[in-house]
Amino acid sequence: MTAVPNDSPGAELGGRGPVVRAAVGIGVYAGALGLSFGAVSAGAGLVFWQTMVLSLLMFSGASQFAFVGVAAAGGTPFAAIPAALLLGVRNAFYGVTLSEILPRGPLWKRLPTAHLVIDESTAMAVGQPRLPLQRLAFWSCGVAIFVLWNLGTLAGALIGASLDSTRFGLDAAGPAAFLALLWPGLTTMKARGVAVGGALVALVLIPIAPAGVPVLCAALVALVAGLSRRGERSSGEDPLDPTDTAEGVLP
Amino acid sequence: MTPVWIAVIIAAVGTYLLKLAGMSLPESVLNHPTVRRIAHYLPIALLAALVAVQLVDGGGHWAVNWRTLVAVAAAIVLLLLKRGFLTVFLTAIAVCALLQFVPGP
Repeated sequence: MTAVPNDSPGAELGGRGPVVRAAVGIGVYAGALGLSFGAVSAGAGLVFWQTMVLSLLMFSGASQFAFVGVAAAGGTPFAAIPAALLLGVRNAFYGVTLSEILPRGPLWKRLPTAHLVIDESTAMAVGQPRLPLQRLAFWSCGVAIFVLWNLGTLAGALIGASLDSTRFGLDAAGPAAFLALLWPGLTTMKARGVAVGGALVALVLIPIAPAGVPVLCAALVALVAGLSRRGERSSGEDPLDPTDTAEGVLP
Repeated sequence: MTPVWIAVIIAAVGTYLLKLAGMSLPESVLNHPTVRRIAHYLPIALLAALVAVQLVDGGGHWAVNWRTLVAVAAAIVLLLLKRGFLTVFLTAIAVCALLQFVPGP
């Protein structure tokens, strides 16, 4: 196990120990969020096993909160299906990215892997500089979150709707985690432009588009950036190469 | 089976199939240089957008929680100081939790 040197760029984890510790840290946060999901779902009128099936089978936080949110609003529960799916589309994009990191096996091997494709596991994986660490990051983060998210949901569904996640500072946990995981990858001007562009697109669309659409439309920024070679460095094949970060992570 | 159960199962299976679909593109497509470049930038754009939405989406309108903003600003300062992931992450949570004791402006 290697410790993170103090001068490691950004929040790059840089070793097996730090990767696993970060995964467990995110898992604990997911457990706390799962607790509030279980409580919200119970408050929305879903029975215990419906709540558990969402966390075990859907396993995508944003989609789950959207589902119970729409289901709680009354009317037909089928209106909750497109809301959940819309927020789940970005996982399909993540799958394309992760196909470069994870070994490509036969379909039966991809079945359990695909289940763990979520924001956090993707962010952890692409935030690592080298292939073995990227795989370790994906699996440790995915498994830690799956276990703790479901335990949290279980407790939340049993305790009921009296929990308030804002009181534990969890509002800041998601944005801070994703920022810290993105940061080491923002080594080129182009990558920084894509991050700022994606955030701006989502920001503008928030009041106009239904939930899920603002984030999805940010994918257009990646599409435009990917279609042009400009701004790519010669080491573009492996943009997270550690030697790249010598350039500095300061914007 | 109640309508809620049917909706739960359709939405859950659909969400899973979306994840599987992304991982099941043919290798010839995945190895295309343009696809590789787009795949590199996709998580950057989507996760940055997700951060923006988590910070300012009040449910279909802009809404800013100043405590969350201050906590994330603290996280950015620590990132500029090149602190490790857990330091950044836990500090943001701690700052946000402590600010709950401060009356809002």
